[in-house]
Amino acid sequence: MSDSNSFKQSGMKLLIFRIIVLFFLISLVPLSSASGSLFETVNDKPQDTALFVSRFDADNNRCFKCHGQEKYEYTNETLGKQVRDIMCSERIVRKNDFYSSNHRSFSCTDCHSDQYVNFPHSGELRMEQKYNCIDCHGGDEKFAKYHFEEIEAEYQKSTHFKMEDDGFSCWKCHNPHTYKISVRNNTNLKATIAYDNAICLNCHSNFSRFQLLSDKAEIDIIQKHDWLPNQASHFANVRCIECHTKINNNIPVSHQIRPKSEAVRLCNECHSQNSILMASLYKFESKEKRRDGFFNGIILNASYVIGANRNQYLNFLSLIIFAVVLGVIVVHIIYRIRKKENQ
Amino acid sequence: MYLYPKWIRFWHVINAAMFLILIVTGISMQYTDKEHAAYMVGFAKAVKWHNTAAIILVINYIFFVTGNLLTNNGRYYRIGRKDFFRNLSLQFKYYSKGMFKGEKHPFPVTEERKFNPLQKLTYVLSMYVAVPLLIISGIGLLLPEITITTVFGISGLILTDILHITMGFFLSIFMIIHVYTCTLGHKPTSLFRGIITGYHVSEDE
Repeated sequence: MSDSNSFKQSGMKLLIFRIIVLFFLISLVPLSSASGSLFETVNDKPQDTALFVSRFDADNNRCFKCHGQEKYEYTNETLGKQVRDIMCSERIVRKNDFYSSNHRSFSCTDCHSDQYVNFPHSGELRMEQKYNCIDCHGGDEKFAKYHFEEIEAEYQKSTHFKMEDDGFSCWKCHNPHTYKISVRNNTNLKATIAYDNAICLNCHSNFSRFQLLSDKAEIDIIQKHDWLPNQASHFANVRCIECHTKINNNIPVSHQIRPKSEAVRLCNECHSQNSILMASLYKFESKEKRRDGFFNGIILNASYVIGANRNQYLNFLSLIIFAVVLGVIVVHIIYRIRKKENQ
Repeated sequence: MYLYPKWIRFWHVINAAMFLILIVTGISMQYTDKEHAAYMVGFAKAVKWHNTAAIILVINYIFFVTGNLLTNNGRYYRIGRKDFFRNLSLQFKYYSKGMFKGEKHPFPVTEERKFNPLQKLTYVLSMYVAVPLLIISGIGLLLPEITITTVFGISGLILTDILHITMGFFLSIFMIIHVYTCTLGHKPTSLFRGIITGYHVSEDE
């Protein structure tokens, strides 16, 4: 009888154990999708651009007709014939890119002169003053959380600002027609890094654009960063701005680009427990996720930094094992000494 | 008795030196901090030295395995199933009690039996389990582009790193115990002399 009871009890324990294992495995399922909903840090969920219909669609289409692709067509009234021509690449705004950008709800003439509705466009219109971010976003309660005023102040301290008289502006980095907030919405950090780095490389690895603002000789980015171990890995896993900006915790993305002499070169700045990446690349991870330190939070984000990913529990466990081993050795030595003394 | 041929001694001294460099540089990388930028050897130097020492260790390990396959030395690492736990327990009892009572060594060193059962087990676990895992995970960290990106949403690099650090930690612990147990010979220094000269001095000699 007692045997049968103990058999039932052990069977019950096995069943409970199996249920626990099953729950554990089930809980891993959402983890298996890299961009699973479990890890979303979305503040403003991007809308399905396929469903977005601008209320200015008809108006904007008049512009996209010529500026939406490489080729445009018009009637030359002087010659009395239809003419096809190539659109200058700098003047092309792709409709899909625009309607998936943060500025998608605007009409073209919200920012550009309404005189553009006339064709051919007047030459004087090219001289129009273009708006900068702060012109629309400054002092607006709706955008207060982005701290545009502070971004502007940071920019004015930036090394880029020195070139403003030569034509530098927000638009050199942020294309107003295609710009979309990436880091806060993107669950795929690698895509965010590639997107952000492409902004820098657009000028810094494209000499045609670079020389519009600088008289310096062409720079080979790869060669300049030769000193960086695992260069390809660094380029794919951190943004240029991690090392080339001064961190400001009040704004989402630091805008104070530092001169190259002030760029981060010490490995320890990132490879340490209080890594600067916590204040830059990983700052949008919720505090909840990294409440147990860098390792236990960022581990969920599929990121890894030597020296920063430290597990407090493993550290503690290793210290205990180390202490026990040393303790046993010390006790052993004491017994050996005693034995020798007795002899 | 002549127990350690030249090639074993050569492998052993290189292995020991690389182990020390790898432990010091490994700790330097793992526990580097902004406040202690030059902790031990500093991060940048540690990376270079760690990579170089690791490559030498791998070549040396291949030399060790090849040597064991081509010579008779491999037989010392073969663990028999017969009386496995009993022999382990005998050796453990000797280290924890017997040796203090003046008992004879249960498995004295002979030309046929270089290692006692505990030694055999720890050497096999270290050289044929921990070191291969350490090397594989090390290659994964040296060439991160070949490492699996995610496993159940967790960075493959982090899992590789945990495996690497854990194996590194256990091998460091092994090294401490190994050095200590090497003081348990006829005299505290006789086993160290043995691995330098090649000749083992037993209690009976």
